[in-house]
Amino acid sequence: MSIFVDEHTRVVVQGLTGSQGRFHGLRNRAYGTKVVAGVTPGKGGQDVEGIPIYNDVADAVAREGADASFVAVPPGGAADAVLAAAEAGIRLVVCITEHIPAKDEALLWARLRRDFPRTRLVGPNCPGVISPGKCNIGITSGDIALPGGPVGIVSRSGTLTYQALHELSQQGVGQTTCVGIGGDPVPGTTFVDVLRGFQADPETRAIMMIGEIGGDGEERAAEYIRNEMTKPVVAYIAGVTAPEGRKMGHAGAIVSGSKGTAKAKMEALAAAGVTVARNPTEAGELMVSVVRALSGKWSADQPRL
Amino acid sequence: MDLVEYQGKQYFARYGVPISAGRVADTVDEALAAADDVGYPVVVKAQVQVGGRGKAGGVKLAADRAEVELHASNILGLDIKGHIVKRLWIEHATDIAKEYYASFTLDRASRNHLAMVSARGGIDIEQVADESPEAIARLQIDPLDGLDQQAALQLVTDAGLDAEALEQAAQILVQLYRCYIEGDADLVEVNPLVLTTDGRVHALDAKVTLDDDAAFRHPEWSEIEAIGHVDQREQLAKEKGLNYIGLNGTVGIIANGAGLAMSTLDVVNQVGGSAANFLDIGGGANAEVMANALEVINTDPNVQVILVNIFGGIVRCDEVAQGILDALERVELSSPIVIRLDGTNSKQARTMLEDHRSGRLVPELTMLGAAKRAVEIAGGRS
Repeated sequence: MSIFVDEHTRVVVQGLTGSQGRFHGLRNRAYGTKVVAGVTPGKGGQDVEGIPIYNDVADAVAREGADASFVAVPPGGAADAVLAAAEAGIRLVVCITEHIPAKDEALLWARLRRDFPRTRLVGPNCPGVISPGKCNIGITSGDIALPGGPVGIVSRSGTLTYQALHELSQQGVGQTTCVGIGGDPVPGTTFVDVLRGFQADPETRAIMMIGEIGGDGEERAAEYIRNEMTKPVVAYIAGVTAPEGRKMGHAGAIVSGSKGTAKAKMEALAAAGVTVARNPTEAGELMVSVVRALSGKWSADQPRL
Repeated sequence: MDLVEYQGKQYFARYGVPISAGRVADTVDEALAAADDVGYPVVVKAQVQVGGRGKAGGVKLAADRAEVELHASNILGLDIKGHIVKRLWIEHATDIAKEYYASFTLDRASRNHLAMVSARGGIDIEQVADESPEAIARLQIDPLDGLDQQAALQLVTDAGLDAEALEQAAQILVQLYRCYIEGDADLVEVNPLVLTTDGRVHALDAKVTLDDDAAFRHPEWSEIEAIGHVDQREQLAKEKGLNYIGLNGTVGIIANGAGLAMSTLDVVNQVGGSAANFLDIGGGANAEVMANALEVINTDPNVQVILVNIFGGIVRCDEVAQGILDALERVELSSPIVIRLDGTNSKQARTMLEDHRSGRLVPELTMLGAAKRAVEIAGGRS
């Protein structure tokens, strides 16, 4: 199984006629994702390599049965695009757009929270969601993922996510789902949301979590893991040496004072029983050894591994 | 973008937040003219992007022209924690009865806006937060609801502000909230917000951080001058559109993705080295971007070695390798370069780099291995 997406997920790409949307939307389709429609206001009736374009998301839902959306539109229009998807009844919206103003993100989240509680937003500013072999929404390269589980990955960083996928795949350790929640200050989906999904997913046997400085998402994850999770978690936190008070790329990755430091996050996770790695390579190695240890116990009921 | 005090106050004023009458001055003569204009006594304040100005002698009260001349000439050119004072803010002095604190920022935990108000302003608010958190009244604000006068009045009452200050302070909070929202500020902070001896409330300091991502809808921001400390390397990087932060170490770093770049800094540190910079060249890593990145790092005299750490996801490693080789033909490096490429097509990429291996170009297989090698080279040359 997988979380958030599966082989039946039908995806509409908002902004499919733009350069980013076209590039990644077609890549997602080539991976095997059911990309059933595109939306660009004013371009309804056209198509992108056979994918029909509609003027609004509601049409894509009514005509093509889309139930997930991939938002690849520029920062000025991204929040409205997400809302349009929610209004059309889309249950999962993946927004890769970077540099959305923080006020727009906060307002967007407030609207979703109040008016569309059943719509899940992943991102903004995230690599997306991939369930290897089933569905890939976003900018993750499908080549570096390996189907079959048993690892679930959740990450705030893009390239570190790819690195994690790659290292596990190289060792023959597959993934159930990999969710990039993005590095922005107001994420639609948090670490805890994804961890809860993995805890409930029978095929996910272990979790790899990649965090970074800023905010308290990792600390909240630690609390959830301590109280609710029974599956092993390996974590890596980037930004131990980041200078205070400087933004490092992600709007979210900022350290002010003592709160949100990598050290505080690592301590909170370790105290919750998480295996904390010091660098991405070590995180991969530790995850592989956790999975190998599990597979002995597991092979009786899960011959696939 | 962080504003200095006077810029923050001018930003406040756009939204109706009351501030003291004041003017900027870059010379002693301008300071005298400004003081004559705003009326004595005045406060002469250094405009630098660093805390602790008062302790460093950067804030002085002047009763008359002679004192303005003395203080202005002393403060201009003063070195405050490495920041040289080039601009002053001359402000009419305020008779302070009480000092409060007020701020708006994003509460990431609740994904709401957060207002904080305290009757104990004027000092380090983090210290207040640590020692007596109950002294700070907090209000979560749903962006859909906003902040009205009534809620603001409740907040300043909860914070224990003096009765005569309540109405005015509530009004100022509503104005500050507008400044925070419509002004696209990540932070607005007033410390102190003062009650004067004649019963007026106004902002005596201003800390404003603007959200760079909102610049596209604020053409007026282009008029805000970058004040004070500008890192030459960061300036060059900015011109080239690179996400660069200057640091003090000897290992120049180039990585793709903010997370991987941060992680590279960490790993260099773990193996005993120190990074000269943070540089994220983003997802695509073509020759143009790579050449720009190498050029910026090349201007840093502290750099003893350059560490390139790229993970190819969408971008193929053989393209990146070609980009690096092309860039090296365009930029003559003053330091050796250690390169780790992993991900899509990494085998081809490694073969390409191996063909050019020398004492100046060192391919490595893993991130850890590359960091170790780079730190070794940096150590060997320093």
